[in-house]
Amino acid sequence: MLQKTQDATVAVDIENVTKNYGTFTALSRVSLDIRDNEFFTLLGPSGCGKTTLLRSIAGFEEISDGAIRLYGEDIAGLPPHQRPVNTVFQQYALFPHMTVMQNVLFGLQRLRKPKVEAEARCAEVLELVQLSAFAGRYPNQLSGGQQQRVALARALAPKPKLLLLDEPLSALDLKLRQAVRVELKQIQQETGITFIFVTHDQEEALTMSDRIAVMSAGEVQQVGTPREVYEAPRNRFVADFIGETNLLDVSVTSVTGDQALCVLPGGREITCPAAAVVDPGPGHLSVRPERMTLTVPTDALLTGRVENHVYLGTDMQVMVRLEDDEILTLRVQNSEAVVVPTIGAEVGIALEAGAARLLAD
Amino acid sequence: MAGGIASASESAGIYKGRAGLLILPSWLIIGFFLLLPVCMMLIYSFLTKEFRGGVIWEFSLAAYDQFFFNRGLFGDEPPQIEWTYINIFWRSLWQAGLATIFCLVIGFPTAWFIATRVPRHRTIWLLLITIPYWVNLLIRTVSMKFLIRDTGPLNEFLIWLGAIGEPLHLINTNIAVQLGLFYSYLPFMVLPIYASAERYNFSLSEAAADLYAGRWTILRVVILPAVKPGIIAGSILVFVPSLGAFLAPDLLGGAKTFMIGSLIEEQFKGNAGNWPFGAATSMILLSIVMTVLIFYARSQTRREAR
Amino acid sequence: MSQRHDLRRFPGFLQLTLLCLLLLYAPLMVVMVYSFNDNTSITIWGGFSLRWYEDVFFGVEAPKFKQAALNSLSIATMAATCATIIAISSAVAMMRARQLRGRTASFALINLPLMVPEIVTAVASLIFFSAIGFTTGYATILVAHIVFCIPFAYLPIAARMQSIEDTYEQAAMDLYATPAQAFRLVLLPLMMPGVFSGFLLAFIISLDDFLITNFVKGAGIETLPTAIFGSVKTGIKPNIMAISTLLLLVSVGFVTLSYLASRMGQNKEQKT
Repeated sequence: MLQKTQDATVAVDIENVTKNYGTFTALSRVSLDIRDNEFFTLLGPSGCGKTTLLRSIAGFEEISDGAIRLYGEDIAGLPPHQRPVNTVFQQYALFPHMTVMQNVLFGLQRLRKPKVEAEARCAEVLELVQLSAFAGRYPNQLSGGQQQRVALARALAPKPKLLLLDEPLSALDLKLRQAVRVELKQIQQETGITFIFVTHDQEEALTMSDRIAVMSAGEVQQVGTPREVYEAPRNRFVADFIGETNLLDVSVTSVTGDQALCVLPGGREITCPAAAVVDPGPGHLSVRPERMTLTVPTDALLTGRVENHVYLGTDMQVMVRLEDDEILTLRVQNSEAVVVPTIGAEVGIALEAGAARLLAD
Repeated sequence: MAGGIASASESAGIYKGRAGLLILPSWLIIGFFLLLPVCMMLIYSFLTKEFRGGVIWEFSLAAYDQFFFNRGLFGDEPPQIEWTYINIFWRSLWQAGLATIFCLVIGFPTAWFIATRVPRHRTIWLLLITIPYWVNLLIRTVSMKFLIRDTGPLNEFLIWLGAIGEPLHLINTNIAVQLGLFYSYLPFMVLPIYASAERYNFSLSEAAADLYAGRWTILRVVILPAVKPGIIAGSILVFVPSLGAFLAPDLLGGAKTFMIGSLIEEQFKGNAGNWPFGAATSMILLSIVMTVLIFYARSQTRREAR
Repeated sequence: MSQRHDLRRFPGFLQLTLLCLLLLYAPLMVVMVYSFNDNTSITIWGGFSLRWYEDVFFGVEAPKFKQAALNSLSIATMAATCATIIAISSAVAMMRARQLRGRTASFALINLPLMVPEIVTAVASLIFFSAIGFTTGYATILVAHIVFCIPFAYLPIAARMQSIEDTYEQAAMDLYATPAQAFRLVLLPLMMPGVFSGFLLAFIISLDDFLITNFVKGAGIETLPTAIFGSVKTGIKPNIMAISTLLLLVSVGFVTLSYLASRMGQNKEQKT
């Protein structure tokens, strides 16, 4: 703990933050360190507390317990207008009675920046989001994507120490969303401002973030780089929420260090990495569909019958019913060379090295 | 949604700690100049009258006694039920009820008709309905009086048409008062029904038609229940002000068409000059109206609970 | 779909709607037409003339009506202004403050003037003013008008506020605006169409009031409705019809204004 707060690269230090609404606990002892210059994502399904956490950092919610420190300074008691933090709102909340320029100038004027300086900064951020030509327009004269960029420019203009983004892409259509992701990441790198990005879209989180905090039921389930949370999910929730996965019921026979020896359905044994210290006994194994291949039944780790297959364009989804009646889903790349076994065929399944992972719960 | 949970509960609101201060002016003004006066009126209804208006600060039930009982000219006879004032209330109740029914009969089709226009035309129709409401009530009542006078344009027109030989004598009759009430509050019926009808989901009608219901069956079984909230709201908006109306009965009616409003007015402005009696009559009127409104509020709460 | 099978249509509803409009407009139209009648006897048409309008402005009764009109307008302006300010403040508290105690009671109180019958309000006000020894006159009329104008100003303002999400104010606060600045620079401009119709409605309602004014005015002061009432008690004279027509036009002007204002507000939203 002590070491953590002294670390100069920590931008936001969230310590044991709890938020109760009556008897409902929206955030339960959440602790996170967000580093300087980081693109940090809070990922989780709706109702998981990610928006509440973001609004607590912005100052729109009062936390019930804990501390929020911004570069070492406790900001939990400050009203929103005294926090050097800006927000890009989900529906943008652009002031409809002001032009783009007036919107962007709003924060600078409240900070009593000299007029020349404010206007220069305004031009700078509009340039950054490529909207210089639209300075005189009203928000309702802009497209959804343009509005989103005005919201970004408005929040960036006062040079906040921290930028909060509350599902800013959710109102855009798919094509636009994919383009904006790249743009947003670039802007973050150019400005060097710490971003905290809230989303329920795992693809968004994986493509943009430096680190992701996966949240559920008011608690942080796992913090890590996109690769870590995808390839080494800590528990069933993370494995299931991010990407597709197969959960296999296994029994753990022994654990040595971070490796565990498990018995698969069908009786074969496998050694795989464990997410945390696991006791011997029943456990769950996570295997991603694309990390398995179909083989001949003899000598395969798992065997079963093809239950169904679904054509997905680039991939083929194959469902295999194992001997213990569990259904395993595989993804097989579509190509001339691959022959998909017919429904009812007896198949074996091979796991790629490191594909299986024993979950903490 | 997380956002939904957040905004539905208490949080660091912008106006935190100032809410009480912001609501204070309403409380002060309405509390001091309406709530307090109504309480005072209640007290006055239990005081002794002074002859040229005003009261003597002595407790008395005379006002309520006068309303319900007749004790003869000198107050020494055994009490009998006094029908004069009860009859005035009774007349007011059925006049207001009748006005409500007439407004409903004309108002519902009108509201429905407007609600089924294309949205662009609806506002025009609505504007046409609301304009008369914005015109001074006194002027509207005076206009009605002018129109239906014995020698007024309505009679002249009917005679010219040959529909009648003699002028209809409408003024100073219950019919004239009824016409005045109906005319005063008709827009109050149309607007709430329109608001309900506009939200009506037409696929309900289609579903009913699909299940072999005829046009008028659909109206009775599907549409009327759906717009019931609007009909109830409209009926209250017509009934309550009709009950205490003053202008229509006073200008269009006569001694035989006396309603509560005139009875009360007479105790303060007219010759009767009996303040406690006027206060008591007002209290009785207020309690009738409040009963209606409380029943309405309770039915609303039950509706929302469902 | 053919008209015969359109389930929205019911035979006779159009006719009833037209009847409704006829009933609403006939008396007003008749008075309007007869106000241009060049005949002292009000029912016999004697040709078009503006003589009664001349009479309104320059006749024997002109000073009386001018003073009454002046009183009406000044009271309506002040009462509507006060009521609108109080209504704005109440609407902000009711719609924005989440931890407001007694919200239901406050809502009932604000709407109390709508629920209490006018004649009862009139009686209660008269009793109250006389009991506390308040001299009846201009001030008592003004106070009474402010009270019953509050709910009329409140309703459109609250309705408007309901459609303004509080994220606008949050965005303002997020951009370093104090709560007062967030209100003045963001919320108030967005509320403006509601404020405008609230003010107009309160203004018209104040101008319209006869009963309460008649009770609390005392001797020696008249508003336009009380002056007209006093005059028609003895019979309808043509100059009253001219005044009525003028007042009618003022009202129609105001409705149109408020209609246009609300349309402007709506247009802005639709594009957003």
